[in-house]
Amino acid sequence: VFTGTFDPSILLAIFPEISIVVLGGLILILDLILADKYKESLGWVTAGGLSLILLASLAVARPELEPRLIWGGMVRQDWLGFIFKMVFLFGAAVTALFSTGYERLEKRGEFYLLMLASTVGMSFMASAADLIMLFLAIETTSIPLYVLAGFIIRDDKSTEAGFKYLLFGAMTSSVMLYGFSLLYGFAGTTNIYELATRIMSGDLPVVALSASLLLVLVGFGFKISAVPMHFWAPDVYEGAPTPVAGFLSTASKAAGFAVLVRVLLVAFPAITEQWGAIAAAISVATMTLGNLLALTQSNIKRMLAYSSIAHAGYALIGVVAVSTGVVSVTELGVTSVVFYLIAYVITNLAAFGVVAAFGRVTGSDEIAAYAGLSRRAPGLSLVMLVAFLSLAGMPPLGGFVAKVFVFAAAVDAGLVWLAVVGVLNSIVGLYYYMTVLKVVYLYRSEEEHVPVPLKGSYALALGILAVGILLVGTFFAPWFDWATTAAAAMF
Amino acid sequence: MQFPILSVIVFTPIVAGLLILLLPEERKTEVRMAALAAATFALLLSIWVYFAYDVAAGGYQFVEKYTWLPSLGISYHVGVDGMNTPLVLLTGVVMFTGVLISWGIDDRPREFFAFLFILATGVFGVFVALDLFMLFFFYEIAVFPMYLLISIWGWKVTREYAAMKLTLYLFIGSVVALVGALAMYFTSGMGTFDMLALEQAGFSPEFQRFWFPFVFLGFAVLGGIFPFHNWSPDGHVAAPTAVSMFHAGVLMKLGAFAALRVGVMLLPEGAKAHMWWIILLALVNVVYGAFIASVQTDFKYVIGFSSVSHMGLVMMGFATLSSNGLLGSGVQMFSHGIMTALFFAVVGIVYDQAHTREIPKLGGFSRVVPVATFAFIVGGLVSMGMPGFSGFIAEFPIFMGVWRTYPWIAIVAVISIVITASYIIRVVGKVFFGQLPDEFQGHTHDATPLDKVALLLLSAILIIVGVFPSVMVPLVQSGVDNVLRLMGGA
Repeated sequence: VFTGTFDPSILLAIFPEISIVVLGGLILILDLILADKYKESLGWVTAGGLSLILLASLAVARPELEPRLIWGGMVRQDWLGFIFKMVFLFGAAVTALFSTGYERLEKRGEFYLLMLASTVGMSFMASAADLIMLFLAIETTSIPLYVLAGFIIRDDKSTEAGFKYLLFGAMTSSVMLYGFSLLYGFAGTTNIYELATRIMSGDLPVVALSASLLLVLVGFGFKISAVPMHFWAPDVYEGAPTPVAGFLSTASKAAGFAVLVRVLLVAFPAITEQWGAIAAAISVATMTLGNLLALTQSNIKRMLAYSSIAHAGYALIGVVAVSTGVVSVTELGVTSVVFYLIAYVITNLAAFGVVAAFGRVTGSDEIAAYAGLSRRAPGLSLVMLVAFLSLAGMPPLGGFVAKVFVFAAAVDAGLVWLAVVGVLNSIVGLYYYMTVLKVVYLYRSEEEHVPVPLKGSYALALGILAVGILLVGTFFAPWFDWATTAAAAMF
Repeated sequence: MQFPILSVIVFTPIVAGLLILLLPEERKTEVRMAALAAATFALLLSIWVYFAYDVAAGGYQFVEKYTWLPSLGISYHVGVDGMNTPLVLLTGVVMFTGVLISWGIDDRPREFFAFLFILATGVFGVFVALDLFMLFFFYEIAVFPMYLLISIWGWKVTREYAAMKLTLYLFIGSVVALVGALAMYFTSGMGTFDMLALEQAGFSPEFQRFWFPFVFLGFAVLGGIFPFHNWSPDGHVAAPTAVSMFHAGVLMKLGAFAALRVGVMLLPEGAKAHMWWIILLALVNVVYGAFIASVQTDFKYVIGFSSVSHMGLVMMGFATLSSNGLLGSGVQMFSHGIMTALFFAVVGIVYDQAHTREIPKLGGFSRVVPVATFAFIVGGLVSMGMPGFSGFIAEFPIFMGVWRTYPWIAIVAVISIVITASYIIRVVGKVFFGQLPDEFQGHTHDATPLDKVALLLLSAILIIVGVFPSVMVPLVQSGVDNVLRLMGGA
C-alpha cells in the first residue's frame, strides 16, 4: 500500500486516535495497580486526558485547508473529520465526568477503556475514506457501546438494553456490509472518493445504485436512530447507564451523521435526486414520529430518546438541502448540519447529565419524580431549563440558532415545505419540553425540602455545558465559521 | 465612539436578572432592591433616549452596528426612530412600575424578577432591532419567560392551561413568520438580514403578496388579532399582576410593532394587496372585543377583552396605510400600553384586598383604595377616548384614517367607543362606588406607597400626553413618514 517515501506528517493526522489509545493503555495499567478506593479517580484521569488531547490536537494536529488522502487512501485528513473528532473528544470527556459520580458502575477501569475504544472508532468514522476502513470504524465504535449499554450486569433493564442494542446493531451492520459489497461489485473499488468517479463514468443502472444506497442507509440510519431504524433507541436509553445513554445520543449519533454526510455527498453524486428524496422522507418521518411519541412518555430517558430521534430528523433537513447540487446551497447545508450537531451534542449532554445527577441521588427516572426540583436544587433546575429550552429551540441558546440555520438551508434549497414541517415539529417539541419544565418549576412534592446534592464532577461538567450552550447560542460566529470550513473541505 | 445607550438599555435587565439569580435565596429584600435599581436605571436611560431623540433630524438615531455572523450577513444592529422610541419608553415605564407592583411577591422573588427581566431584555431588543435575525432572536426571548411567569406565579385555577396556550400560540406565530423572513433573506439575494437593506430589496409583487399574510399574521398573533386573540384574555387573567401589565402593556405591542416593521415595511406591496381583509379582522377585534368585555363578570376578563378591542384599533390604523392611521396607531400603542398596565395594576390591588374578581361581589372600594380609584378612572377616560387624555390623541387620528379609506368601517368601529364607555362606567360604578360588602369590612387596607407611586406615575403619563400631545405626536409623525416613504409616499 505504501508507495514512495513515508511522510511522518501522516502520523500527526491521526494524532487524536493515537493519543486516545495511549490514554486507554494508561487507564488499563492504573486499573491494575490502583487500590479499589482510588478507582473513582480514573474518571478524572480519563476526562483530564481527553481534554488534554483535545487541546493538543487543536494546537498541533489541525489539518491543512487542502484535504488529502493518506494511509493508502484509508483516511482523509480534512476539517470535517477534524471538527467531528473534537466533538467526540469533548463528548467523551464530559461522559467520563458524568460516569465518575455514577456509583452503579462497577469495574471502572474497563468502563473507561471501552469508552475510549469507542471514541477511537468514532474518530475513524469521521475521517474514513474507504468502505473497509469505514466498516471497521463503525464496528470499533459499536461493539464497546454494546457492552457499555449493558454494563450494569445486576440490572435486568441494563442487560436487556445491551443485548437489544447488540442484536439491532449486528443486524443493521450486516445489511450495510451487504450494501458495501454491492458497491464494490459495481465500481470495483472500495475507496469512497474513487467510487464516485467510477460511478459517474460507468453507466450503472440507477436502480442498482439506489438499492445499494438503501442497504447502506440501513446501517447509517441505525447509528443516527432515524425512522424506521429507531426502535432500539428508547429501550436502550432507558436501560443503559444514564451517562452511556447520553454518550449514545450525542457522540455516537454525531459520528453517524459525519459518515452519512460524507458518503452521500461524495459517493452518490450520480443519484442526488433519489437520495435527496429518500433523505427528505426519512427526515419528515423521523421528526414527526419522534416528537409525537415523545409526547406520551412518562420516563424522562425515554422522552429524551424520542426527542433525540426527532433531533436527528431536524439535522437531516440540512442533509436534504445538501442534495440540491448548487454549491453554495450544498455548503450551507453541510454547514448547518455540522453546526446543528455541535449545538445538539452540547445540549443533549447537559440534558442527560441532569438526568444522571438526579437519578443517582433519587434513583428515579420518572418525570413525575422531578416535581419540586426547582426548590430542591435551584442550580440543577436552571441547567435543566437551559438544556431543555435549547432542545426546544429558544434563544439565546444554541438550539435556536442551530434550528434557524437548518431551516435556512432548507429555504435556500427551495424546500420551504420541509422548513414548514420542521417548524411545526418544533412546536410539538416545545410542548413536551415545557411539560417537563412545568413539573420541575411548578409542581410541588412532599420531598421538596430534601436537597439533591451535586457531585463536583457533575457541577463542573454541567457548568461547562451550560456556558457552552449559551456561547453557541450568542457568539455563534466562530462556531459557524468552523462549520463552514468543514463544509468547504468536502469539495 | 458615542455611548452605546441602546445596548445598555437592552442588556441592563438581563444582566441584572443574572446577578439577582446569584443572590442567596433568602435575601428577598436585597433581591427586590436590586430589581428596583436595575429597573430605575433602565427607565432613566429610556427617558433620556426619548427626549434626546432629534425629531427634526428624523430617521434612525443612536444607531449601533456590530457584525455578529458576517458570513450570513447577521449583525447586531440597533437604532430608534419615531415609531419605536415611545415603545422603548413604554417598556421602561412598565418595567419600573411592574417591579413596584410586584414588591409583595413572596414565593421565590429571585426567580420571578430574573425571569421578568429576561423578558424585558427580549422586549427592548425587539423594539430597537434593525436586523431581522436579531429581531427574531429577541422576540423568542420575550416569549418564553411568560410561560414560567404565568405558570408559577399565576392564578392557580387556570395558569397551567393559559400559560401553555399562550406560549404555543405565540411560538407558532413566530416560527411561521420566521419562515417568511428566511424566504425574504434568500430571495433578496443580498446576503444580509439588515432590515434597512432589505427595505430596498425590491421584492417582486407576487413574492410580497404571497408572503405578506404569513409574516403579518405570524406577528399579529401576539398583537391579539382576531381570530388568533384567544390566548390573550386567558393569559392576562392567569398571569400575576406585573406579568399582566407586561403582557398586555408591552408584549402585545411587540406583535403589532413587529407586524409593522417586518410585514408592512419590508413587504409594502403585499400590505397594499392584503389590507382590505386585515382591516375587517381588526374591525371584528374592535367591536367584538368590546361587546365581549361588556358581558364579563370577572374584573380581569373585562380588561383582558378591552385589550383585544384596543389592539384592534392599532391594527386598524396600520391597515389604513395612511398618515393619520399610522400616527394614531403609533400613539395608541404607547397610550394603550400605559393604560392597560394601569388597569391591571388596579385589578391586582383590588384582588389582593378582596380575593375575588367577580364584579357583582365587589363594591365601595373608592373608600379603601382612593388612589387606585382615581387611577382607574383616568385609565377609563383614556379607554373611552375622552379628549384631554392620551386615548383621544390616539384614537381620533385612527378613525380619521379609517374614514378616508372605508367610511362605513369607521362608522361601525365607533360603536366600540360607546360600548367601551358602558362597560368602563359599569365597572367603576360597581367596584369602586356603592357599599363596601360586609365581608370586606375591616379586612381591607389601602394600597402600599409603592403601589401608589406606580399608579400615579402611569396616570400622570396618560394625562400629560393627552394635554400636551406635542410631547409625542411630532415624534411619532416622523416615524410614520419613514413608513410612508417605503409605501411610495402614499
